[in-house]
Amino acid sequence: MPKLTFVMPDGSRREVEASEGASVLEIAHDNDLEDAIEGACEGSMACSTCHVVVEGDWYAKLPPPSAEESDILDLALGLTRTSRLGCQIRLTADLDGLVVKVPGEHLDMRGR
Amino acid sequence: MPISVAIVGSGPAGFYTADALSSSGDAVSIDFIERLPTPYGLIRGGVAPDHQTTKNVQKKYEKTALKEQVRFFGNVEVGRDVSLAELRSMYDAVVLAVGAPRDRALGIPGEDKKGVFGSADYVGWYNGHPDFRDLNPNLNVAAAVVIGVGNVAIDVARLLSRSADELAETDLPEYAERAILDSPVKDIWTCGRRGPIDAKFTNVELREMGKLSESVPLVKAEQLPDSVGELPERDKRLKERNLETLREFCARKLDEKPKRVHFEFYAAPVEILGGDRVEGVRFERTRVEGGRATGTGEFFDIPCGLVIAAIGYRSDRIEGVPFDDKQGIVPNNDGRVEDGLYAVGWIKRGPTGVISSNRPDGVTVAEHIHNDFAGGAKGSKPGRKALEKLLAERKARIVSFADWKKLEAAESEAGGGKRPRRKFTTVRDMLDYLDRNRN
Repeated sequence: MPKLTFVMPDGSRREVEASEGASVLEIAHDNDLEDAIEGACEGSMACSTCHVVVEGDWYAKLPPPSAEESDILDLALGLTRTSRLGCQIRLTADLDGLVVKVPGEHLDMRGR
Repeated sequence: MPISVAIVGSGPAGFYTADALSSSGDAVSIDFIERLPTPYGLIRGGVAPDHQTTKNVQKKYEKTALKEQVRFFGNVEVGRDVSLAELRSMYDAVVLAVGAPRDRALGIPGEDKKGVFGSADYVGWYNGHPDFRDLNPNLNVAAAVVIGVGNVAIDVARLLSRSADELAETDLPEYAERAILDSPVKDIWTCGRRGPIDAKFTNVELREMGKLSESVPLVKAEQLPDSVGELPERDKRLKERNLETLREFCARKLDEKPKRVHFEFYAAPVEILGGDRVEGVRFERTRVEGGRATGTGEFFDIPCGLVIAAIGYRSDRIEGVPFDDKQGIVPNNDGRVEDGLYAVGWIKRGPTGVISSNRPDGVTVAEHIHNDFAGGAKGSKPGRKALEKLLAERKARIVSFADWKKLEAAESEAGGGKRPRRKFTTVRDMLDYLDRNRN
């Protein structure tokens, strides 16, 4: 099974086993990270609450975002050049070892 | 003793507060006080009936509602069944999460004519909100004017121009579906005082206007600037996308589809025309300088039989609570109003942002409550027990969360498969259904 690491807003790391084909959002929820990655619309690309920042060289290895994903992503808080929606990244064997950062959304929004 | 918290209102702001409080590790007891028998606020009554995926978030709210510390007191109205002063005497903390349910006024002559509606009322009508289900707007008109160029204005224009097949997959109430399908409306004008770069709609919503089966979006090429101008990188990208989409609309043809949605920028409404009933809107052409629209002295009229103003909302004044009349909010210090009284969501910061913008409000107030009580004093007021006793004495008809689940199941069944649901649209119908189905 591929492994996925979440880097939490406080810098701590959570490495989890991911079932192949599952999305980063689904994997987060399977591992009780709902408070960190909300996924309000349940992967239907109607919100940006599963926004993650893909670390290092991994970004280039992902299939590029669709126009719909880019539209929604543009509304995410704390957007970076390697931001993606967690619901749109599916874990494959090629992505074993993927690292994604969870933005500290509510902190950013209060300008701290 | 757990900290007893009453949350007035069960929309997104209330639910994010309950979620944050119940996940905090503090001993808390959380009661929602909701005026309607149904939860979820604008998720149910505001989000467009053809945007069902946006409503998925209510599944998360349900998980919060079903937590052991949380109770839902539906059909209990502050000011009718219990006063705010009583709530404050019974609960350690009271959180105001009542939103901004009222329309801002246009402030122009003629706005009280028949056929002129604010978007809060009109959207409530097509979403089956009990307060507005009898609004009965006359859609038997050839043209409609929507004032405003945000996502609510787009929702209103889009719903008016949907086909029968498209509407059949929504949760529009039957009366609204019939009114829209029977409407002969051909031209819908969406008007903004400022230009296309200042418009608040997002690109997803704008592009959707180009994909409707029976309606074509039209834009005047001369109203589009050559570039979006100097903006921070991200704003620039967002505005450029909107501009690109609007350029595509310029190329569309007037007679392509049976209905047309015209985008009219640089148009400030100055008067609603007509006798008893609206017959048109008079606009002054504007130019935008430094982000502000100023009149040019040139006027023009758009004839129409229906006007919907989607220009923003305001909160209601709550008895016994300070109110900032200018901003239409309860003055607060990052969510703290007075000792034991807090505010979240639109009544705290005004009607802006998206659903998840309410999440940080809830997190902040949960932190305040933690610091104000768990830090030392802990809870000292009885909360739920006292409320239940008081409501029993007053013979209030409480709708529990289990009752809501019955209503929800009945609505879903009434949807008949293709529709997500057919809503109950009166409180009477909801209570009658529950009376007939006591297990």
